[in-house]
Amino acid sequence: MDAVKKRKFVNGLVLVLSTLAALFGLMWLFWILGTLLYKGLGSLSWEVFIGDPPAPGDNTGGLKHAIVGQTIIVFLATVIGIPIGILAGTYLSEYGKGSRWANFVRDLSDVMMSIPSIVVGTFVYAIMVKPFGHFMGLAGSVSLAIMMIPIILRTTDDMLRMVPPELREAAYALGATKFKVIKDVVYRAAITGIVTGVILSVARIGGETAPLLFTSFNNNFFTLNIFQPMASLTVTMYDYAMSPYKYWQDLAWAAAIILTFGVLGANILGRVIAHYKFKK
Amino acid sequence: MAFVIEPSEPEKIVVDHLKFYYGNHQVLKDISFKVPEKKVTALIGPSGCGKTTLLRCFNRMHDLYPGNRYEGRILLDGENILDPNYDVIKLRIRVGMVFQKPTAFPMSIFDNVAYGLRLQGIKNKTELADRVEKALKDAALWDQVKDKLNKPATALSGGQQQRLCIARAIAVEPEVLLFDEPTSALDPISTAKIEELVVSFRDKLTVIIVTHNMQQAARVSDYTAFMYMGELIEFNKTEELFVKPKEKLTEDYITGRFG
Repeated sequence: MDAVKKRKFVNGLVLVLSTLAALFGLMWLFWILGTLLYKGLGSLSWEVFIGDPPAPGDNTGGLKHAIVGQTIIVFLATVIGIPIGILAGTYLSEYGKGSRWANFVRDLSDVMMSIPSIVVGTFVYAIMVKPFGHFMGLAGSVSLAIMMIPIILRTTDDMLRMVPPELREAAYALGATKFKVIKDVVYRAAITGIVTGVILSVARIGGETAPLLFTSFNNNFFTLNIFQPMASLTVTMYDYAMSPYKYWQDLAWAAAIILTFGVLGANILGRVIAHYKFKK
Repeated sequence: MAFVIEPSEPEKIVVDHLKFYYGNHQVLKDISFKVPEKKVTALIGPSGCGKTTLLRCFNRMHDLYPGNRYEGRILLDGENILDPNYDVIKLRIRVGMVFQKPTAFPMSIFDNVAYGLRLQGIKNKTELADRVEKALKDAALWDQVKDKLNKPATALSGGQQQRLCIARAIAVEPEVLLFDEPTSALDPISTAKIEELVVSFRDKLTVIIVTHNMQQAARVSDYTAFMYMGELIEFNKTEELFVKPKEKLTEDYITGRFG
């Protein structure tokens, strides 16, 4: 075989192998989605969304308490996590740029990103649940926020650093102050990336169970009180899947579908908004 | 030895024994000359000669980065702008700048030009609209953008973006306008348009332009400063400098013997 033929062969081989590897990775995703739909679609009904929690052994009832609880917990986590994450990322990229302190914070935040989520849960248990004497939805939000902050911080930092320095200089050259430059020019240039980072972080924490087990725990009743234990889709799914009742197990499948497609939907929606609102 | 003339016009800027350091590295070595008012002054010289560094002293752009140090004085209308107490914000309103690459902000065409005006607290819609229109006309861009002022500026071509940046800079009516190789990223037709603009500013404002294109310096400027290795070698009327250079180094450079 001459050299050209050999190169063509290697080229083709690598193409085939990498395509197969990509398909192999995607296969699991579709397998999971397929199984979810196959097992869970049958148990989805209006009752699942609006019904009160089922009594043991009963064949009616739904997940309203868990859906609302999940929404509240994640929403509050986002409200806590976004400003802290974005401000901290702004500090690292704009104010503390290059300083040892900023580099230290950046490294620390990277370490935080890989802390096992159950550790975050036990930490919040120690600082919030134990002192107050009972589980509460707010503690769940705090532990999810703790997981969100390093993700938002890192993406904000990365996105701001990608804004070309000339753009900042051009704003300074017109007599802008540092805050004006950041607010008017740097954020605008990086907004799509920051929004994507926020969405990804919401998607990432939306499916967490461990940080909620010791904090918001679970509640078999509907509540809007964030100082009470609160149900979430993830913990409810875990409980129901482990239960002996067929109907509860079906509800767990329904919860899995709602959660998965909720996160997927949020992801797609966020990207679409970022695309239309800021790229125009 | 350097050959530096006194311009016959009144001086706008006096550079007085200016030295500049990036950390411990001295980039500008004892530079003194006078920039005439309402004329175009070109800074030329080979890469790394310090011409852009000198330009960025005039609006204290170096202040944005730590470790930079000025020595000597730069007088703008008699006031030393290198004085640490001199307000850089006010300085940058009086001394505008156009950069090498077009730096359109990620906002609409109108908002780009209005940005500097809004920074100065102008909120009146009619006044903003009038001044944006005037600046765009002065930058020869109005006819091409008047129907799409609310479209994002980043959709314009490179040459149009550069003229937009010029419009943005002149909208605040600066007294001095600095150009840092404004055409090096542009095609020949866009370059010609920018050069026409630079020439049109003569007699209206003081222009200092850095270029490594000697023909460009010859075409647009009244005075030229030739720099080499951080030193000012020759400052003279542009015609004189290109036709009868007084320094051997200048002659070698403009005849293409080095650089």
